[in-house]
Amino acid sequence: MAGLLKKTNSPNNAVYGGLGGWLMLPAWAVIGIFLVLPVLMMLVYSFLTKEFRGGVIWEFSMAAYDQFFFDRGLFGDDPPVIEWTYITIFWRSIWQAALATFFCLIIGFPTAWFIATRAGKNRSVWLFLITIPYWVNLLIRTISMKFLIRDTGPLNEWLIASGLISEPIHMINTNFAVQLGLFYSYLPFMVLPIYASVERYNFALSEAAADLYASRWTTLRRIILPTVRPGIIAGCILVFVPSLGAFLAPDLLGGAKNFMIGSLIEEQFKGNAGNWPFGAAASMILLSMVLIVLTFYARAQGKEGAR
Amino acid sequence: MRDIAVDILDLTKKYGTFTALRNVSLDIRDNEFFTLLGPSGCGKTTLLRCIAGFEDVTTGAIRLYGEDIADLPPNKRPVNTVFQNYALFPHMNVTQNIMFGLLRLGQSDAQARARVGEVLEMVQLTEFATRLPAQLSGGQQQRVALARALAPNPKVLLLDEPLSALDLKLRQAVRLELQQLQRETGITFVFVTHDQEEALTMSDRIAVIAEGHVQQVGNARDIYQAPVNRFVADFIGETNLIDVEVRDVSGGMATCDLPGGAAFTCPAAAGAKAGKGHLSVRPERMTFAKAGAALLSGTVARHVFLGTDMQVDVRLSDDELLTVRVQNSEDSHIPEPGAAIGLNFEAGAARLLVD
Amino acid sequence: MARKIDLRRFPGFLPMTYLCLFLLYAPLIIVMIYSFNESQSITNWGGFSLRWYGEVFWGVESEKFKAAAIHSFIIAITAATCSTCIATLAATAMLRAGRFRGKGISFALINLPLMVPEIVTAVATLIFFSAIGFTTGILTILLSHIVFCIPFAYLPIAARMQGIEEVYEQAAQDLYATRFQAFKLILLPLMMPGIISGFLLAFIISLDDFIITNFVKGAGIETLPTAIFGSVKQGIKPNIMAISTLLLLVSVVFVTLSWLVGRMGQNRK
Repeated sequence: MAGLLKKTNSPNNAVYGGLGGWLMLPAWAVIGIFLVLPVLMMLVYSFLTKEFRGGVIWEFSMAAYDQFFFDRGLFGDDPPVIEWTYITIFWRSIWQAALATFFCLIIGFPTAWFIATRAGKNRSVWLFLITIPYWVNLLIRTISMKFLIRDTGPLNEWLIASGLISEPIHMINTNFAVQLGLFYSYLPFMVLPIYASVERYNFALSEAAADLYASRWTTLRRIILPTVRPGIIAGCILVFVPSLGAFLAPDLLGGAKNFMIGSLIEEQFKGNAGNWPFGAAASMILLSMVLIVLTFYARAQGKEGAR
Repeated sequence: MRDIAVDILDLTKKYGTFTALRNVSLDIRDNEFFTLLGPSGCGKTTLLRCIAGFEDVTTGAIRLYGEDIADLPPNKRPVNTVFQNYALFPHMNVTQNIMFGLLRLGQSDAQARARVGEVLEMVQLTEFATRLPAQLSGGQQQRVALARALAPNPKVLLLDEPLSALDLKLRQAVRLELQQLQRETGITFVFVTHDQEEALTMSDRIAVIAEGHVQQVGNARDIYQAPVNRFVADFIGETNLIDVEVRDVSGGMATCDLPGGAAFTCPAAAGAKAGKGHLSVRPERMTFAKAGAALLSGTVARHVFLGTDMQVDVRLSDDELLTVRVQNSEDSHIPEPGAAIGLNFEAGAARLLVD
Repeated sequence: MARKIDLRRFPGFLPMTYLCLFLLYAPLIIVMIYSFNESQSITNWGGFSLRWYGEVFWGVESEKFKAAAIHSFIIAITAATCSTCIATLAATAMLRAGRFRGKGISFALINLPLMVPEIVTAVATLIFFSAIGFTTGILTILLSHIVFCIPFAYLPIAARMQGIEEVYEQAAQDLYATRFQAFKLILLPLMMPGIISGFLLAFIISLDDFIITNFVKGAGIETLPTAIFGSVKQGIKPNIMAISTLLLLVSVVFVTLSWLVGRMGQNRK
């Protein structure tokens, strides 16, 4: 009977049955007009002709995509040669994002596990401590990191003062700094979903494994990791996706040599390049990559649910 | 005969392809304590929610004192509900909870407060008027829920297993209170429960429901002593179902062959037919006799000690297992396990059922 | 006696947790400390001083930062209010209105702002406003903020509503309340902790946003993050650290409030 009550979803039985569309209308309108429509518009712009110093000419053109992939153009007289500049930037972004995801996982999993195994009250305090940096302005956090690792920043000063090094280690404007920034920016994103998964983990499974002669680490590898995998995957996505399109970390910590997709796109609109169709095309390529990742995720989740 | 309070006409309720209620027709009379009894999932709560207006009916009609209410929303129906877990508004105190319905009906604050005083007195909770629901015990919450539902003087009060969240001792005390309250207020109560004891002790009439269909309507005695079919006999109390070969049914009486060949004549439920059938005999109506000189014969399989009673399981020659209940007293003769024994029962104790 | 083996413990996990917290907090704490540095050169410690806080409020750049702060707060309050209202209605639709057309896609739509990379949203919004000839300024910032605040407001509100059984509203209807009264008198008060939580989170998210704001702000209009970013491009000055510390405290206060309100709601249940 109780089971039946929960399923009273036919329009007349829910409390506000029949009003769903109206209640949802503001959300549809705002997100539809100011997000979905703009993204479609961006797709259109990526096929237009650029105007100097921003803006577009309403004339169909493949130039933006052409410029992205090929040197001197696919439709020129010379045989097309692949242009590596932008592909390299994308490849670097993917690589950096993957690396940041990996490091976040290494630190994030034990943290999430530790917090989820605390007793009730302590647990919420630990969790709160992890969440705070997540809510602190990303810009401020990135500036803090920049300040910390500068050649003359506190980190180098202390290392020199402690006698460990004699010359400051040059960290700023390197790939390392960008990596550090990404890792630092998105670490809480890894901890939270894994925590949610571990919290639901039934520790009787660990006991059963131990009872059946599994060691602690075997239990971790064979029982725990497969069980909390949805949380791990969610965490990886939450770190990887924003890292891929990150702008602040590469811009403030990486400098001109360590461009990532985010900086490349920004350059087209706010910087000197001023090539809107190219920026739109790069954004579309980034968005497609993200959608591919999310589709795989949704598929994996669907399978997980079906099991 | 009294007026009909709730008249349910050929009501069917479907959820997609699942039929929760099938062609239900019921008359609930004015000023009656009426119980919907059935196992969980039988549709009794769905029926109650149809009356309250939380479920739309697929086909059929519900009339409240002659007025069709099937299309009215819950807030337009002059019926109130005591919910299973009471659903007391957690952010309002006892008085505010009880006033809620009165204010919605357009009463002034003063009128509503006066009525709150009355109903709180009725459920003996006057000193708890300003408590929040979370500060009350389960029994007190139950009474507040009752007071809240009674305050607007509904034409019919619907109670959805209101006792299920209470512990056993309290439940027994509250049964009497509920019955008394119904007599005092003269409001028609429609009570849903899966607990047959609750139903038998409190109700004027009971509707036994199974698989979305009404099996039998009657008072407690009718339902216990004259079940119409196998489900009712089995669900209400304990019974022995004896396989018999029915020779003839006429004039409400059936003639049949018992296992072992003895011929027997007893009352038959309406609709019982000749052929294979089942005889229902309550365990306490069976008596022991000498083997060979009785209606049935078999061997004692085991004893089960039940406190005041002793349950004796007897295995018939065709391997059927019957139970007999004997009171535990100094002079009651209880045969030992393994003993060959005969079983007798009177014609009035047996009843041929519809399968 | 044999030592009881705790299967929840893994050696090394505690140090990792400390490392994690250290990594998260160290840069922030260092910036906070150095914001009290007397010295003009930001790396040498010259003694404790509040001079850079004075600089923030009364210094050369103070006018710029004040204007930016006012913009930021106006936008954050308005955006949080709008997105909280929209999210409350949306949550009611998703959880309390049964089936309706477009329900399946609605959940994805609400979360879309979380899935699209910020920089892409920024580009798309800029292109959109420029294409329809909308002058960029406070209004464009506000509209874009409302959009990406919706999912942040939605999460705590929906979580709270899921915890409230529908039976309360049914009881209200049974006691002659109309659907609007059931919403106003029962659902809304019970949901208040979730709504406040959602509002506060949306407020912080709006206050903190840099990337999208930077794209759609138009000439002359600055919010705190864009103003800070502009200054940092010329090097990290001590007053930036002071202002960062202030902004950081605002965030911490709001998150703490949101957390406490959420807990209060749980305790009452």
